[in-house]
Amino acid sequence: MNFQQMILTLQQFWAAQNCILVQPYDTEKGAGTMNPMTFLRSLGPEPWKVAYVEPSRRPSDGRYGENPNRLYQHHQFQVIIKPSPDNIQELYLDSLKALGVDPLLHDVRFVEDNWENPSLGCAGLGWEVWLDGMEITQFTYFQQVGGIEASPVAVEITYGMERLASYIQDKENVFDLEWVDGMTYGDVFHQPEVEHSTYTFEVSDVKMLFTLFNTYEEEARRAMENHLVFPAYDYVLKCSHTFNLLDARGAISVTERTGFITRVRNLARTVAATYLEEREKLGFPLLKKEGADLV
Amino acid sequence: MSKDILFEIGLEEIPARFIRAAMEQLKDRIAKWLEASRISHNGVSAYATPRRLAVLVKDAAERQEDVSEEVKGPSRKIALDASGEWSKAALGFARSQGVAPEQFTFKELAGVEYIYVTKSSTGIETASLLSEGLTGIVNAMTFPKNMRWGAYDFKFVRPIRWMVALFGQEIIDLTITGVKAGNVSRGHRFLGKETVIAEPALYVEALRSQHVLVDVKEREELILSGINKLAEEKSWKIAIKEDLLEEVLFLVETPTVLFGTFDPAFLNIPQDVLITSMREHQRYFPVFGEDGKLLPFFVTVRNGNAVSLDVIAKGNEKVLRARLQDAKFFYEEDQKLQINDALAKLENIVYHEELGSVGDKVRRIRAIADRLAVKLALPASTAAEVSRTADICKFDLVTQMVGEFPELQGTMGEDYARKAGEADNVSKAIFEHYQPRFAGDAVPSTEAGLVVSLADKIDTIVGCFSIGIIPTGSQDPYALRRQAAGIVQMVLEHQLSISLQEIFAAALEVHESLRSEKHFTPELRINLYEFFGLRVKRLLSDNNVRYDVVDAATAAGFDDIVDVVGRSLALMNAVTGVADFKITVDSLTRVSNLAAKAAEGTVIDPSLLKEEAEQKLYQTWQSIHDPYREALTALHAAEALQILSGLKDAVTGFFDSVMVMAEDEAVRANRLALLSGINADSRLFADFGKLVW
Repeated sequence: MNFQQMILTLQQFWAAQNCILVQPYDTEKGAGTMNPMTFLRSLGPEPWKVAYVEPSRRPSDGRYGENPNRLYQHHQFQVIIKPSPDNIQELYLDSLKALGVDPLLHDVRFVEDNWENPSLGCAGLGWEVWLDGMEITQFTYFQQVGGIEASPVAVEITYGMERLASYIQDKENVFDLEWVDGMTYGDVFHQPEVEHSTYTFEVSDVKMLFTLFNTYEEEARRAMENHLVFPAYDYVLKCSHTFNLLDARGAISVTERTGFITRVRNLARTVAATYLEEREKLGFPLLKKEGADLV
Repeated sequence: MSKDILFEIGLEEIPARFIRAAMEQLKDRIAKWLEASRISHNGVSAYATPRRLAVLVKDAAERQEDVSEEVKGPSRKIALDASGEWSKAALGFARSQGVAPEQFTFKELAGVEYIYVTKSSTGIETASLLSEGLTGIVNAMTFPKNMRWGAYDFKFVRPIRWMVALFGQEIIDLTITGVKAGNVSRGHRFLGKETVIAEPALYVEALRSQHVLVDVKEREELILSGINKLAEEKSWKIAIKEDLLEEVLFLVETPTVLFGTFDPAFLNIPQDVLITSMREHQRYFPVFGEDGKLLPFFVTVRNGNAVSLDVIAKGNEKVLRARLQDAKFFYEEDQKLQINDALAKLENIVYHEELGSVGDKVRRIRAIADRLAVKLALPASTAAEVSRTADICKFDLVTQMVGEFPELQGTMGEDYARKAGEADNVSKAIFEHYQPRFAGDAVPSTEAGLVVSLADKIDTIVGCFSIGIIPTGSQDPYALRRQAAGIVQMVLEHQLSISLQEIFAAALEVHESLRSEKHFTPELRINLYEFFGLRVKRLLSDNNVRYDVVDAATAAGFDDIVDVVGRSLALMNAVTGVADFKITVDSLTRVSNLAAKAAEGTVIDPSLLKEEAEQKLYQTWQSIHDPYREALTALHAAEALQILSGLKDAVTGFFDSVMVMAEDEAVRANRLALLSGINADSRLFADFGKLVW
């Protein structure tokens, strides 16, 4: 199964579970969790079911396209369902079967892994799912989001698409994966990997990045003062990515690091709290859609 | 009449490290509940897999035992008012006990009459108690980490997905988080199906037929026999680390042992790195040859049967390959790093906000280690090794390998230092300065490792104490107790002639001179001394020295650890092995009690010793005084105690015939002074009055 078919299969599978399919969010982020469709929508009492592919940037993982396993940008397939359904593990295992992974012929295990994202004030409990010893999925019950107790609890399933594909296609090197027949992952992404790594580690303008961080932070605050949750959150994401670029460049000392993370977290908390307030003002509209596909 | 009880809680995969304790907890809670509910039974068995916690109670009585108990109420004085009517208090008691006042009887207790009621209750049906009982038990379960799920306001270790609750063949009515208990359990996730448990006794077999081995011991034996069989077939030695076996045991419901291989070229990476990568990342058992050398194989345990093991082995090999490639990359990159450059980077790692960077810590370690080297009178060449070790002991913290595998700190330091041309002793000492890393671990073998280990640990302890981080109860985030115990263990095993106060002084001086902020109060030393005192006592009781013996010996001081341990062991031997030692102890205790009455600074005047027995005591004491003190100084505790015991007959004779509290004030003072002198000697060994017979 090529990479594109895998995406299509997962989309179809989760669409059949009444998830809405949204497209990747257009602001840089380190993980699918940071997409507002997860971070904000997993807050509050409203039910929510969504699935999407998220290209996720991790500047410090850039390896100039030379490492067979590590990438500046990789793809996550993200599923969020709130409240978490009782048969979620079975649904997930069915999705693996849809991808052609027969659990009877493999060793599939749920190994404890508690997930935390301190810069967004998020914490959850769950597992990493192992397929013959390889971690292919992060499976998490959100307990806290943006510093707020998650209630009801959303479950997040994050498939590591490259890992899964390298297994399904039996490839040693991520760049040899088939995106579609006749077109490899490398054909599509090798050049950006090289260039982003070069930019991140050698070229980026540290002074400018520090300025940008401050500017974004300021703008996030200004937007918050106007109760504009979604625009404010976009700037929080930009802060986070800028911080990651600075960090990858080695421009942030260990002492300063904590300070920067705290700044991002404080913004994220404010955004999360305000989002809840704004939804409440609207009367939590999705609660009223009972009987609709969402519930 | 009795029936078995089965209670199985079906869960999403429980973290492996919590399962055994959770299983024991469920068993304890059921047993306690049965006892409190007066339901007799023939034992509780517990079972657990990643997806279930279960208990099986054999032959639980169908009815509670009847009970008759007397309850005491208020006294007659309170129970009856002036006119002889029942008071409010008495009526309230009757109400609270659900009886009429007519049923009161009076009984005397310690001279006062009280109201009593005899309550007898007839036991009720066990079946009617189980629902509430089991619900209470589930609600009371605690775990190191709890979670919520769905829209339920309930916390548990992982979501509950099914429950089996049976009393005989009857289903116990029980619902938690929307899950209603029944008689249907679930088999192995992939190999099994749902299965009806007709009655509790069939539980283990019913699940076995669905590919779940619920008995922990059985799974363990199966894994071990699988591993041993493989080892025999291939002539391998497979290292079974217990905590890994424990984890694997709770990752599988049906274990099947298999092996895989990796490219022998990776064997150029240090063995410890490969082993750590296999164990920590992949939960594999490493494989060794007959000669003890690591072989390019690994053993893993599948949660399932023996179908398509080749596919699974191949998958695992692929994962390990990627892991080892990373390790190889780190290893090669790390060797490009100069030790000096690494040390410069330590300045950027915060050790603790108030205690500075790791670079700061290293400077303190160096200064403390140098002072200790002087105290221990180490030769110049060894002192130089101590200094060099102290300077570079932490450089590997900034290497990529230690970043990836923190538990390889010290191991990588030794390897990289050797490759960078550091002296053999220094390289080895870099590893050893972390020792002892856990209870039962070896102490450093090199002097440099020993001294730097002392310095590192006392620096941490003094630093933490100075900013108020002092362990209390279960709170000891910096593992200060373990580090203090490590210091005690090192001093003892190396028989170091250095006192605790000297070790404290070295660290305190350095902290005062190198830290800009001064946090030192006079209590700090006292707190430190008490803190170490507890570690010394712990060490002694771990060595089977009785508690009272520990108290007696430590009351004579524990500043010199070798000394106090020697005295404690000698005393323990005497207490348990010397026939008339009690007489010695009693006589010395008596001396001590009277000595307390002596005026301070009274000098013994031998000419005032008139009676034979007191002259005898004086002479005996004079004859033992010097040899006793010499034996103590030489740390010959058993000998010192033997000499001291030589006073026994003279003391007994003295008390038999001499009246200490004589009329003549001078004579009395003189006798007390004599006892005080003897007591001063005996108290150098122990406070014998603390011994219990």
